[in-house]
Amino acid sequence: MSAQLRNFTGSRVFWPVVILVGLIIVDVIAFPGFLDITVKEGHLFGAPIDILRNGAPTLLIAVGMTLVIATRGIDLSVGSIAAISGAVVSALLLNSPTPDNPWTVVQAVGIALILGFILGVWNGTLVAYLKIQPIIATLILMTAGRGVAMLITEGQILTLHSKPFEWFGSGFIAGFPVAVVIAAVVLILTMLVVRRSALGMFIESVGINPEASRQAGIRSRGLLLGIYAFCALLAALAGLIITSDQTAADANNTGLFIELDAILAVVIGGTSLMGGRFSLIGTLVGVLVIQTLVTTVYIVGIPPVATMVFKAIVVIAVSLLQSPTTNEKFANWRKDRRRPTPTKAIEPTREKVSA
Amino acid sequence: MSSTVMERLPANSATRGTLSAGRRIITSPKYAPVLVTLGLFIAMFVSGGVRYDNFWSPQVLLNLFVDNAYLIVLAVGMTFVILTGGIDLSVGSVIALSAMICAKLLEAGVPAAGVIAVTLIATSLLGLGMGLMIHVFKVQPFIATLAGMFLARGLCYVISEASISINDPFFVSMASTRIPLGGSASITISVIIALLVVAVAFYVLHYSRFGRTVYALGGSEQSGTLMGLPVGRTKVLVYVVSGLCSGISGVLYSFYTLSGYSLTAVGTELDAIAAVVIGGTLLTGGYGFVLGSALGVLVLGLIQTMISYEGTLSSWWTRIFIGGLLLVFIVLQKVLTRRRD
Repeated sequence: MSAQLRNFTGSRVFWPVVILVGLIIVDVIAFPGFLDITVKEGHLFGAPIDILRNGAPTLLIAVGMTLVIATRGIDLSVGSIAAISGAVVSALLLNSPTPDNPWTVVQAVGIALILGFILGVWNGTLVAYLKIQPIIATLILMTAGRGVAMLITEGQILTLHSKPFEWFGSGFIAGFPVAVVIAAVVLILTMLVVRRSALGMFIESVGINPEASRQAGIRSRGLLLGIYAFCALLAALAGLIITSDQTAADANNTGLFIELDAILAVVIGGTSLMGGRFSLIGTLVGVLVIQTLVTTVYIVGIPPVATMVFKAIVVIAVSLLQSPTTNEKFANWRKDRRRPTPTKAIEPTREKVSA
Repeated sequence: MSSTVMERLPANSATRGTLSAGRRIITSPKYAPVLVTLGLFIAMFVSGGVRYDNFWSPQVLLNLFVDNAYLIVLAVGMTFVILTGGIDLSVGSVIALSAMICAKLLEAGVPAAGVIAVTLIATSLLGLGMGLMIHVFKVQPFIATLAGMFLARGLCYVISEASISINDPFFVSMASTRIPLGGSASITISVIIALLVVAVAFYVLHYSRFGRTVYALGGSEQSGTLMGLPVGRTKVLVYVVSGLCSGISGVLYSFYTLSGYSLTAVGTELDAIAAVVIGGTLLTGGYGFVLGSALGVLVLGLIQTMISYEGTLSSWWTRIFIGGLLLVFIVLQKVLTRRRD
């Protein structure tokens, strides 16, 4: 038990979880009914459900981003891809004579997702085959993508009236919001595929040493291409959820800064930007920390305008706590305290594997 | 390149020598991207003149400087950071923050000189903080400057949600004074400040110990350490330089707009990074020039000017063109550096 506890305190997920619990405690003190969940007409409502629902698009993107970052890459274009997919769906539905027909919606959603996938293949080609640094390769689409989305919407904010499409943003499955269910299914499926097969190992190996993994027979190019395509596909899906939630496609603001939130969630969750070991559970914790922080700012009565300052403080706190420099100091301090016991008990506390 | 043309007259062997020297320059990862950018700039300017009326005037050229003075300063700071192989995402927010500080302090009645001093010190300290996070705590530049970006943007909102206009006589005179350059052409004082910053940065990068260490760091940090160069100090200092440049840029921006507003300059960091890349600085660090970055800013400005002259093209084509240009330059850099691998 104590070994497990020590494992947990040494893991990279430890500090984010502490911060998450701390935020929830602050919320409960400020607003005692914070954790209450009520059932109205068979649907669940309450602050925790809101956190999950608002965090769902970020989580979707963060799942893809985790895999991209694990390969020592980064994808800055996800926000633009989300904007493009929202714009495409809106334009298709607005120009369709039957926007309330479920089949029309399925077609529009399918086209948007396929387009997202193709954009991901483009990113992946630049990174895997032309060997362009990921941050720059995806910067191209980040810059140009919003222009493309503006072209599709012709600079307008397209307002949607399509009942079946609104289901994505405001519908419920078994009491839970649809967006939450989609995000949960994607997270669980990704974890299963990545951890039950060798795929996760391949991804980590490419991230740690691309050359060595190539010599070990891993087809890193195809793998990279697939991962960027997967990430873009999820970004397109997130774009659909955001657009449906707002019932409007706003090429300028859909998914604006979502790439930063997603990258932040991944880093808070303990996946290093240097690639290699990744943790999807950590990413989930990271998304929850960010979303709970935003909610906390509202509940505690801090003016919402200060949210960004608090976000900055959390980023700084988490990155300083995870920094090797701090961990070394911390390890030394623990070593000093444990000095009376035999030195055998000392073990390296850094870089513990986090599930 | 110009030397090949000038020295064509003397003996045959000398010609061949200069020709091969020319070829070496054209294919080197150090000079080639800058030359391509220069060629592109000239080609765009010429084709603009052929296509549109009233395009070939000195004022169109000078307006590129007038409208983009703040971006030139920003790109200079970004060049220092990128030369070491880092990145600074905070610069756009820092522009907004420094314009906001200026507006708020002027509103409170602080004299203009004091306001500018406080602004520049504040942004340099922000840069120092990010540099220390990166060097001492080994936080990735991307994440550390992302935190700086959130912090600066958040502080803007804390200072004021509404836009604050600037009525201070000094700021107003800086905004309206035009320096005539013969004929009807004129520039603003901001342009002179921006060119001064470029000149100082050029001197520092090429003729000071600090500048050489910056290049060495980008080439190989480990070699730099083994050579006994002050790696840590330099790494922290480039972010201070970038913070200072963002501060100056913010002050110029407030000269230009005469207001402080928390939502200004969103995404300007991308323009700055794009200008640096188009200007021929290698994103992995080690190669690049501030003059190239300034040229990169002018190319971006020229794209905007041409799109506004075209009239029928909507403004969002600007983003698409910039994206396309980025692609061309990155692939070009890839091709040029491949042979060296």
